[in-house]
Formats: sequence, C-alpha cells, structure tokens
Amino acid sequence: MPGPYGMRPARLLTAISLFLAAALAAYGQSAESLTIYAASSLTDAFEQLTAAFGKQHPNAEIVINFASSSTLAAQLIAGAPADVFASAAETPMSLVTDSQRIGEKTVKVFARNQLALIAPADNPADIHALQDLANENVLLVLAVAGAPIRTYADAMLAALNDEYGADFSQRVLDNLVSEESNVRQVTARVALGEADAAIVYQTDAAAEIGESLITIPIDPSFNQTASYPIAALSDSPSSALAAMFIEFVLSDEGQMILRAYGFCSPDIIDVDALTEAAPAPTSEVDDESQAKTAPCH
Amino acid sequence: MNPKRKPRPATDRNFKADKLLLFSVSGLTFLLLLLPILVLIGYGISARGWEGLPDSATILKAILLSFASTSAVIGLTALLGTPLAYVLSRCQFAGKHIVSLFIELPIVMPPAVAGLALLLTFGRRGFIGSLLSDAGIIIPFSIAAVIIAQFFISAPFYIRSAQTGFSGIPPEVEDAACVDGASGWRLFWHIILPVAWRALASGLILSWARALGEFGATILFAGNLPGRTQTMPLLVYTVFERDINAAIWTGLILVVLALIALSLSQWFARAQDRLT
Repeated sequence: MPGPYGMRPARLLTAISLFLAAALAAYGQSAESLTIYAASSLTDAFEQLTAAFGKQHPNAEIVINFASSSTLAAQLIAGAPADVFASAAETPMSLVTDSQRIGEKTVKVFARNQLALIAPADNPADIHALQDLANENVLLVLAVAGAPIRTYADAMLAALNDEYGADFSQRVLDNLVSEESNVRQVTARVALGEADAAIVYQTDAAAEIGESLITIPIDPSFNQTASYPIAALSDSPSSALAAMFIEFVLSDEGQMILRAYGFCSPDIIDVDALTEAAPAPTSEVDDESQAKTAPCH
Repeated sequence: MNPKRKPRPATDRNFKADKLLLFSVSGLTFLLLLLPILVLIGYGISARGWEGLPDSATILKAILLSFASTSAVIGLTALLGTPLAYVLSRCQFAGKHIVSLFIELPIVMPPAVAGLALLLTFGRRGFIGSLLSDAGIIIPFSIAAVIIAQFFISAPFYIRSAQTGFSGIPPEVEDAACVDGASGWRLFWHIILPVAWRALASGLILSWARALGEFGATILFAGNLPGRTQTMPLLVYTVFERDINAAIWTGLILVVLALIALSLSQWFARAQDRLT
C-alpha cells in the first residue's frame, strides 16, 4: 500500500536510516582530527597557522573553535572535547589548569599583544585620544566582563584615572552602549559604523585599518600587554598531533606568521617590568621588521 | 492511515510487535526531548549554581527589560498583525502565496541573519537608519532595537495563528452581519472577535514566548548592556561566560516563564478547538 506521497512506509524508513548511517559514517571517517580552541583575537593568524600546519600533515583534519577565551574556558571545564587551547590571557588558562584538564607545567606563552583604540574611518565622535572616550554622547563598545580584552581595557582605564581624574574610568563606562561577547564582535561594531569607539587588540585593528577603521595612538606607558598561553589538553585523543601543532606555533615559521598578523614575540619584553608599571624599555625592540609590522613596546 | 482499519487476525501478533515498537520509539523520543531540561534542573541543584548568580539587581533589570519589551511587542503585534492576518484569511489576490511565504520566513530564518538584516536596515549607516540618524535618532543599542528584533522574529507566529482563527469563521456569518448593517469595526468587535479570540490569544501568547526567548537577532541588532538592552536570554549568555552553574539558574527562570506561557497558549488553543 503506497503512502500518501507514493512511497511505501518501509521504504521511507529505509531511506531515512540509510541517510542517517551515511551522515554518521561521513562524520566518523576522519583520519586524525585536531580540535583547537582559540581566542577570537587569534582568528586570522590561526587560520593561516593551521593552513600551513595542514600542509605538513595532510591527513590531519583540523577544526578551530574561536570564541572569547573565557567562553572557551567555560566550555573546556564543562568537558568539551578538544586537543589544544590557545588563550588570550593567563586567567582563562589557569581556570582550565585548575580543573585538571591541562597540566600547569605544559603551558607555554607563544605570543603577546597590545591594546589599540579604534574608531570608524569617518570618526563621527571626533576621538583623538583616550581622554575623548569620556566626552558626552560617545557610543563606546567593549567586550563583556570576563573576556580578556575587557580585563585589559579596564586595567588601562583604571591606570588613566591618575592622569585624567579619579572618575575618568566611570565617565568612560557611562558611555558604554554594548558589551560584546568577544573582541571580534567589538571590532565589527566599529567597522560597521554603529559604535564611535572601542578598545581592542592592535592585531584586530590591523585587519581593517584603512578600510573602515582608524586607530588612535595609545600612550605606551598606559598600554597593557596581553600574554597568549597555549597548551594541549591532557585527555587529548590526538596528543602527538597536538604536541606537534604547539611546536609548530612556537617554531620560527609559526612565529613569522604570528608576527605578520601583528603579534609580538613571547620574549620581546620583560612582562614583570611592565606589570610593575615601569616605562616600557623601548630599546629592547631590536628587530626592525618587527617594529614595523607590530609596534611592541 | 485509517484509524478505523481493523487488523486482520492473521497478523495480530505482528500488530502487537508494531505497537510495542511504536510505544518504545515514542517513549524514547519524549525522553530525548525531556532529558536535557531534567539534566539542567538536576545539574543546577547539585552544583549549587544559585550561589554564583549575578547580583539580584542585574537579574531584576533583565527581567523588567524583558517584560517591558515583550509587552510592547505584544501590543504592536496585535495592532499591526491582526489586519494583516484578516486580509490573508479573507482576500484572494495575485501573489498571496509569495506574501505568506515572506511573512512566515522569520520563523525559519536563523535569528542571527535576521539581526544582521535589521542592522543593515535600521543601523546608523543602514538603509532607513541613516535617515533617522540624520534626524538624531539612533536605533541600535536602545530598547527600540530590542522591540524591533523581537517583533520581527515573533510576529509571524501570531499572524499564522490569527489567520487560522479567522478562516474558521464562515463568511456567511459576516455577510449576514453586513446585511444587518454592521460597520467594519462593529463587525470585528461583535462578530469576529468573540468567535476567534481564543486563536488570537493563543497566537499572541506563542508570539510572546518566542519574543521572550529571542537571542540572536537581539544581540546582533540591539547589543548587550545591562539595564538597556540586556534581556533575560542575553543575561544567560553573558553569565555563561563567567559561571556555567549560575547560567543554569538564570536559564531555569526563563524555562519556567516559557512553560507557563506555553500551557496558557495550549489551553486557549484547546478551547478554540472545542468551540469550532
């Protein structure tokens, strides 16, 4: 007895089962997979890095999950399957090491980054310095609390209180119109012209400069340095591949790619000296090509 | 399938086996749909997530904002959606299928795409938004943006339900009323509404629940700021970035609200069925 659509029910069932089986088979077929959880600010650099790594390991199927480091940490703590975690700050990484999914000793810093103040190319709110962020009617967008970029931005604003008055950071935050879940979405708000200003990483700004964004220089003594730690998950099913990928990121080739996207070398600056709020030792920037592509103070 | 068909005696045993299969598959499917909610509740209780809840002021702000925006959405939906639903149920015109298709598109459209479309239309540099911006009106990052996003996503649910409700009224009833000299407004108020109001209410509640849960279009179009555009679903997402256990509890508040709305909607729908 044919069904209402001219197909026997049994045949329909068979077709559905075959389709499901094919879908499952296609999903499970991958040779060796490498799942990387990476901070949003690494999006462009890691796409390039994994493409280069993929050429060396053509059988590896590489998947990257980009999100705010704090979101990734929450997912990893909840047991999300992953092989490598690359964070934009120490805190999300230490949350994961606390949960025992990453050995504390295996964490390595692979890159550094600095903050940039951005505005749409036509600069509708006339932003020329950090001070202007406290002007009236500035539509400011920042990342959500907990995201590393927000922690760095808050630290910078707090440091500016000494310069522009104790209520400076509060006046800036009064201009806040949205808290985006990661730094890429913050950048997009400004690139679309919806927001007047935002604080992002210099690497995020670099991708859009000249097109839709301008950057406004930040006084190096107030700028913050972001450290990017990377580690393999201790329960990774592809631990050998994960170790090779981390090695590749730290290799000269990997570092060249990161440099091309505006990241600073992990050992270019003395972080302790910076966190002590000492003036940045500019003399340590000795590599000229680095200084050109990435002003790392 | 014809439910009155009696099984032939020879296949009685087969029929029993079929019945067993039918019930076990149904049970499994139900469990699959129910399990995540149960696990959410169980996990929330065992992890003592309420201890990490954001401060009550933030939650209260999000709840108030959610109720303020969804109330506005319901008002707008009833006001703007009812005439459209009536036209669709009563009038025949060229391209009606296309019109219906586009009205129902937001139901199946990924909300993030809807948010992007709204941003390109009403954003500061958008199609209409740039004109508004010249007049000093900026829609994104305001409660107006929240309302527009929720309306866009949820109104089709009401329009569909109202259309069905209006179609259930025989045209003769309206014709008779017209012969008796009823005006358009009185016809609607005294004849159509008393018959179709349960379908309208059920659709309105469904719309409301969808607006209450709206996330993707809102966060893209309206942004996310406590007290201004951060509705309950956005708060759940924001809390998740910090504390997954607290996010569960914030989410459970939303689940309970949605459950109440849905049972009301189903109750109205059943009442309408009994009536017609």
